Amino acid sequence: MMASSYNAKDEDGHHPGSVGSGGPGAVKSKKPDNTAFKQQRLPAWQPILTAGTVLPAFFMIGLIFIPIGIGLLVTSNNIKEFEIDYTGVDMFSPCFNCSQSYSWNSTSACTCSVPFTLDQPFESNVFMYYGLSNFYQNHRRYVKSRDDSQLNGDKSSLLNPSKECEPYRTSDKKSIAPCGAIANSLFNDTLELFYIHPNGSRIAIHLVKTGIAWWTDKHVKFRNPGENNNNLSIVFQDTSKPVNWRKPVYELDPSDPDNNGFINEDFIVWMRTAALPTFRKLYRIIQKKKDNMTPTLPPGNYSLEVIYNYPVRSFDGRKRMILSTISWMGGKNPFLGIAYITVGSVCFFLGVVLLIIHHKYGNRNNNADIPN
Amino acid sequence: MARETGESGETKSTKVKKHKRRKSKKESKTRTVHANILYDHTKGGDNPNRHYANNKIKTTKYTLLSFLPKNLFEQFHRFANVYFVFIALLNFVPVVNAFQPELALAPVVFILSVTAIKDLWEDYRRHRSDKEINHMDCLVYSRNEKQYVEKYWKELRVGDFIRLRCNEILPADVLLLSSSDPDRLCHIETATLDGETNLKQRQVVRSFIDLVSFDPFKYNSVIECEKPNNDLNRFRGYIIHRSGRRDGLYKDNLLLRGCTIRNTEEAVGIVIYAGHETKAMLNNNGPRYKRSKLERQMNVDVFWCVVILLVMCLFSAIGHGLWMFQYGDKRPVFDVLSPEGTDLSPVVSAIYLFLTMIIVFQVLIPISLFVSIEIVKICQVYFIHQDMELYDEETDSHLQCRALNITEDLGQMQYIFSDKTGTLTENKMVFRRCTVAGVEYSHDANEHQISPSHREQSRSQTGQHSEKDITPDPQLMDKVNECSSQMEFMRFHSQPLNQIPPDLCDIFDFFIALTICNTVVVSSPNQPRQKVVVYYPPGQLGNFLEDLLSSPSAESTLTKLNEEKRPEHDLQHAFSPTPPNFEKTKALAQDECELRYEAESPDEAALVYAARAYKCALVGRLPDQVTVELPHLGKLSFELLHTLGFDSTRKRMSVVVKHPLTEQITVYSKGADSVIMDLIRPATVGCLKILYKTQNYLNLYAADGLRTLCIAKKVLSKEEYASWLQHHLEAETAIQRREELLFESALRLETNLQLLGATGIEDRLQDGVPETIASLRKAGLQIWVLTGDKQETAINIAYACKLLDPEEEIITLNADSQEACAVLLENSLHYIQAKFLCNPRPDPQAARDYAGIHFSSPVCSPASSGHSSPFLVHRLGLVIDGRTLAYALDKSLEDKFLAVARSCRSVLCCRSTPLQKSMVVKLVRNKLKVMTLAIGDGANDVSMIQVADVGVGISGQEGMQAVMASDFALPRFRYLQKLLLVHGHWCYSRLANMILYFFYKNAMFVALIFWYQFYCGFSGSAMVDQWYLIFFNLMFSAFPQLITGTLDKDVSAETLQELPQLYMNGQNSEEYKPYMFWMNMIDAFYQSLICFFIPYFAYVDSDVDLFTWGTPITTLALFTILLHLGIETKTWVSLYNIIALFFTVALCYNASCPTCFSPSNTYWIMQKLLGDPIFYLLCVVTPIAALLPRYFYRACQGTLFPNPVHMGRQLDKLPVDMRRIFLSQSQMKLGSLGSLFAPRAPFFPLCGPFQKDYRPRVKQTHMSGTKQKEKAIANPIPSKSMEMRDTPLSSKNSDNHITLNFRMQEEVQSCRQGSDSPLPENLHCVKEPSSPITGTLPYTKDTPGSRTILDSTGLEAPLSPTDLCQVELLTSTPLLPQTESMQLMSPPRSCFLGQKLDDEDHSNQKSLLKQAGDVDHTHSTSCLQEHSLKTTFL
Repeated sequence: MMASSYNAKDEDGHHPGSVGSGGPGAVKSKKPDNTAFKQQRLPAWQPILTAGTVLPAFFMIGLIFIPIGIGLLVTSNNIKEFEIDYTGVDMFSPCFNCSQSYSWNSTSACTCSVPFTLDQPFESNVFMYYGLSNFYQNHRRYVKSRDDSQLNGDKSSLLNPSKECEPYRTSDKKSIAPCGAIANSLFNDTLELFYIHPNGSRIAIHLVKTGIAWWTDKHVKFRNPGENNNNLSIVFQDTSKPVNWRKPVYELDPSDPDNNGFINEDFIVWMRTAALPTFRKLYRIIQKKKDNMTPTLPPGNYSLEVIYNYPVRSFDGRKRMILSTISWMGGKNPFLGIAYITVGSVCFFLGVVLLIIHHKYGNRNNNADIPN
Repeated sequence: MARETGESGETKSTKVKKHKRRKSKKESKTRTVHANILYDHTKGGDNPNRHYANNKIKTTKYTLLSFLPKNLFEQFHRFANVYFVFIALLNFVPVVNAFQPELALAPVVFILSVTAIKDLWEDYRRHRSDKEINHMDCLVYSRNEKQYVEKYWKELRVGDFIRLRCNEILPADVLLLSSSDPDRLCHIETATLDGETNLKQRQVVRSFIDLVSFDPFKYNSVIECEKPNNDLNRFRGYIIHRSGRRDGLYKDNLLLRGCTIRNTEEAVGIVIYAGHETKAMLNNNGPRYKRSKLERQMNVDVFWCVVILLVMCLFSAIGHGLWMFQYGDKRPVFDVLSPEGTDLSPVVSAIYLFLTMIIVFQVLIPISLFVSIEIVKICQVYFIHQDMELYDEETDSHLQCRALNITEDLGQMQYIFSDKTGTLTENKMVFRRCTVAGVEYSHDANEHQISPSHREQSRSQTGQHSEKDITPDPQLMDKVNECSSQMEFMRFHSQPLNQIPPDLCDIFDFFIALTICNTVVVSSPNQPRQKVVVYYPPGQLGNFLEDLLSSPSAESTLTKLNEEKRPEHDLQHAFSPTPPNFEKTKALAQDECELRYEAESPDEAALVYAARAYKCALVGRLPDQVTVELPHLGKLSFELLHTLGFDSTRKRMSVVVKHPLTEQITVYSKGADSVIMDLIRPATVGCLKILYKTQNYLNLYAADGLRTLCIAKKVLSKEEYASWLQHHLEAETAIQRREELLFESALRLETNLQLLGATGIEDRLQDGVPETIASLRKAGLQIWVLTGDKQETAINIAYACKLLDPEEEIITLNADSQEACAVLLENSLHYIQAKFLCNPRPDPQAARDYAGIHFSSPVCSPASSGHSSPFLVHRLGLVIDGRTLAYALDKSLEDKFLAVARSCRSVLCCRSTPLQKSMVVKLVRNKLKVMTLAIGDGANDVSMIQVADVGVGISGQEGMQAVMASDFALPRFRYLQKLLLVHGHWCYSRLANMILYFFYKNAMFVALIFWYQFYCGFSGSAMVDQWYLIFFNLMFSAFPQLITGTLDKDVSAETLQELPQLYMNGQNSEEYKPYMFWMNMIDAFYQSLICFFIPYFAYVDSDVDLFTWGTPITTLALFTILLHLGIETKTWVSLYNIIALFFTVALCYNASCPTCFSPSNTYWIMQKLLGDPIFYLLCVVTPIAALLPRYFYRACQGTLFPNPVHMGRQLDKLPVDMRRIFLSQSQMKLGSLGSLFAPRAPFFPLCGPFQKDYRPRVKQTHMSGTKQKEKAIANPIPSKSMEMRDTPLSSKNSDNHITLNFRMQEEVQSCRQGSDSPLPENLHCVKEPSSPITGTLPYTKDTPGSRTILDSTGLEAPLSPTDLCQVELLTSTPLLPQTESMQLMSPPRSCFLGQKLDDEDHSNQKSLLKQAGDVDHTHSTSCLQEHSLKTTFL
């Protein structure tokens, strides 16, 4: 593409002007070795950037990128996504009361139910996310505020967590498990979905709560202390629960021992701090129907039942519930497609500009065009 | 300082008096030296010398113990290190820490240790060289063993007696107490100190002169002398004997450390100063830390980086404060309290955050830049070391880089200050040509020997080519043989010798003169301690003189002598030692081969060697006798009646001898042609003819850069001699005005000489010096030669090495006083101003520019001269002598001096002291703000080498002082070309690019994190894992950078050497201009925006976590940074292994430990990412989007406005054979014109229109010059009529040669007018162009005749076919973006090019011919002949 050739210097063996043509007797002198490396004659590729040489590259990029971009865009548009804000900022929203009254210290649960309608059927597996806005999970001190070895089941760290967890390290002279600000601010709303059948009956949709965390997290990074001791309450007996929690860590999912304690997947997902202040986290998976005939979520009316525990008003946050199907490239995001198309077009345009430049000025000194 | 040394001795003596007065009060003002042997038994307890430094030298900085603290201390002097340590320590403060503290410490420790290792290595090298010197041997007198025993140099102490043998190097400053020389002299060679190779005499202290053998035990005197100081030319003190007698000590008694004993069998002395207190060491100021220009420039930008960093931190801090403020009292869960649980107010946390941000953004200050630069420089040094072309087979030495930190300065030099002797020349005089009796013997064989192919052969065969191997001219050899055989025949048959044909006689006399008219000492290497003495019956001369003087009438005695003693004398003298027995001569011939001649000046030795080549060998010299061996004749001894030594006023020397064959009293004179020619008395028309011819040849010799000498003789009748002798003896015995009388006496003798011939001696230039100078000039370097030599020699050499050009005007500044100097400078300025202002300018703009500027004209390349001021370098040479230089360097005059000097193309400072040299360099460096390089070989250049930005030492014959002080040591001068043009260029462009890239890279990386602050509440969070962040510089991005920094080649070595103009790239700092830093910063910010926001939008509102999002960004940034490097790299040597490395490291790191790397827990992220298609999609689109602008810009630059380097690269791309054709074409042109190009060589893209009328004239004059020479060579004995006809023709073309030819005409005319006219006067006006330094006029060539001619050429210039020349020049330069070069692209066309150029040449020639034809149409044919000659010459 770029006019280039392997440097021929290493081929023309002789070395001009070298005094080294002396007799063979002088070999063991201080004379430097005549190697390609030492004489800086390593074979190398020397591209020269001129309008003429880079022109094809620009057109190539343009021609390749635009189709890719279109493909990505189409893929992204095929993904179905539904999003509903249940924060309850609005006076008329169902969760207004909960949001107004609720704080970390409340003891009683507040529930609200948010109705919504899906216009299109959701095929295949549907992923259910909760989304938070304006929540700076990436704050430097917040991100640090955890003890990975404690979460990995280390006994000593359990009782004596890392300094990083301050000020959520101990409470009432007992170490907190799990310590740190991240764990302390665990998202604790409970979301449930009901399909409102046209005949008025509410059918609870089965939400799978396992398989939402990374396999490595669940099996390698997070471990409950006390290997074989299934009774977590004994293992955690010398620790106290994080201050904002209602229940201790061993009661996160009492029904399933493999989803309890540190290896509770909701907990693990939360512990993977989000990159940006507006983020979503995988909450549940709605698995596709076995028969494959009916869509996972048929169009119609639904109701989102929220046990409203998580206060976001202090930081002007928003809480959302997102339903989304996914494709090979993940969730819905038209941006990449647009980016590819844009870059491709710009390249194409610049290619045209270069072509003009090349035709106008390029051939007057372009020695590199000489056919080798 | 210079003035101080220049001041007369009076002030000095008063100072000394003051010293003495003060001394009485303060004893410590002087040093008292006792002999050590007196105190040996007291174990040194009360040895008065014990306080003085011993002779052990130590130049190392550290000891084993002190290394660590001292080195750390020194490293912390570098601000950057302190800064980085500060940041690392800051990380230990919990409130502000950003990373794991130990981790943050790692890079700093790494960098400090790398630097420490480098320092250690350097110090070790110094230690080794010290050790070597300290362990040299010398003979020291030992009290116990009562004899001289061998000791190491370092064991020597002040007060020791040492015995020195011939050819030994002095270990310390020694007071000479005894010498084996009958005259109590000791010869030393001070080459290592001042670069002068001739022998200097030192005298035994006066009170010991009479001692036959010195016995240390009898010595009981005390020496008082001054404290150690660095003045080489001063030593005062006195020696107090036990008797109370005091004797003064002078510098003539002191032998300095580093000198070599020569010609003296043995000497004994007492050590006065030792070790670091010796004058040589005191003169050797410690090396100053040199910081390269690039580094200085870089530091400015580092400063800007700091500013940017602070701005970014401040911005973040304010942002954080505001962010905190917006929440007010409602503390959100994610805003974690301080570890103590206290609530931080927004202001306090903003302040904390400011510090945190400094830690997070620390990468912006390129911590690894400094260490990378050092590594790259070491690699560059390594490659320079390894270059085969910088290796000298002969001395088995290669280039040494002694300073590791200024390699890139080599690419930015603007001024070169060069020593002459030993640097430009080999310091070996070689007899090249001679003319005897008007016949030239060109010694073609010698000339051939100089041609490179022969040289190579001779080198490989004999190892060294010296002044001794002279191939005799066969023609002359025949004549010599013929002559001597005839003489033998005649003597055998007792025929009078005057029957020999006069030309043979002349030849005979010529060689005799060469052999005896000198002060050469003969020694044989087998017994270096003995002068070769051949014993002759003593007393002859004494008798003769006695007779002469005792007799009342010298005249009658002489005649009597003549009659009576003739036969005996004849016999005795002619056949003195032994009759010329055949076997004996043979034996002697072997001996003779081994005879060595040691002369005060190398010229003399060269002449003697030359004569020996013609079998006329000097075999012995006694104070009153010189013995010469001749073929057939055997040994002849000449009675040496008088030697009238050389002095600079007379510029000649003479000997008066009694000729053994003819018995005549003969005066042989040898001297500068200018003076000898005036003294010639042409007897006949034939003689006149010889005179003209000789003068003609002399001019040619001078034009060839040979040192010319004329040989003349005179036969005195007895009467004449007697009368002169009387006066002379009176003069010799006179007490007052002795010198003057002797001078007059000499003048009386040296009249009415008969010209024998002339010689041309070459102070042989080193190989390739003219070419190197020419190509350095083309590279835009100004070359000044600073030499201690005398003016004539210096000018000769300057011509020989094409530093000065015969076509150039020379301004000579010789002043006797400050005022005179001021006036001279003023005049010269006016002259330059007048000459170059009044010239009619065809280009109005240039004229306007002209008038606007103070007194000189605008630079031909305004763009090129960064900070060099608007001075045009004219075709002028400036010659200034040491004394004038001292005045000119005065504060009041230095500006004027510089103004004159810088407008001259070449500057030659003669007779300059080492201090002056360094002052000149300092002046130019500081005032003109240019990069200076000093190159020299002797210790006299040391100070200059140290002052210059880059000091280069020639590791030649003259010791190692210069090398020790230098930054680079070269085996030969010509290697400078490759060192500067290729390695300098490479090093500069590599480093400049690397530094810029570093700034870019770090800014780009840090900006990523900065953008992130907008999304993390300015909390100082980083999405890039701390390990990547901290080791980003050290590992991932540094390696490829190091590789390119070491190996990248923008243009190949061949092209760089063929096109020196590419060097200007570095001179003008074009790779790294201040604005480029900002361009790079802007580009970095743009790229980081792309690299941040494309992943941002790709992942926005997704469930991506911090590091799963940060890792792709890191990867993308790395990709972008590497591809950026790829665009900037000119030569790709497998570079992208680094990406593989990154992934490997990342994968390993991410898999290694699930819990270790708190807080950024990156376990399994990379593995996860590799399964994510978005990651790949991002990796493709982001770097491309980020690099589009730069790529596009580079492509456009390559096409629309390519710089010279770019053109050079395109040239490189041509297939090998094409390129050769191409370069050879340009080379041919450049080669033929090269020597005449202005220093600011006309390089098209950099040149203004001003060049137009400048170059063609150059070309024109050069052509005529070539022609002239060519013709003269081809036609050695032109008939007079030919000469007459040729003159007007060539006079049309060249100014200089016109004057010459006019003169010839005049001569011939006056010759015809008859012998009545006083010829000497007539000849006096014949100033040959090579030595126009007769008066103190600033511009000696401004004689009316030449002036008008000059003006006429000036006027003529616009009329001459300048445009054609211009076109031709353009086409010959391959780097032109104009239409001409387009034609060079296609092979067939470029084949035409040669023809085309030829055609242009023709047309050019024709137009010249037309002009010539105006004068005489009939000569057009000869013109054409000339043309053909010229073309063959080209």
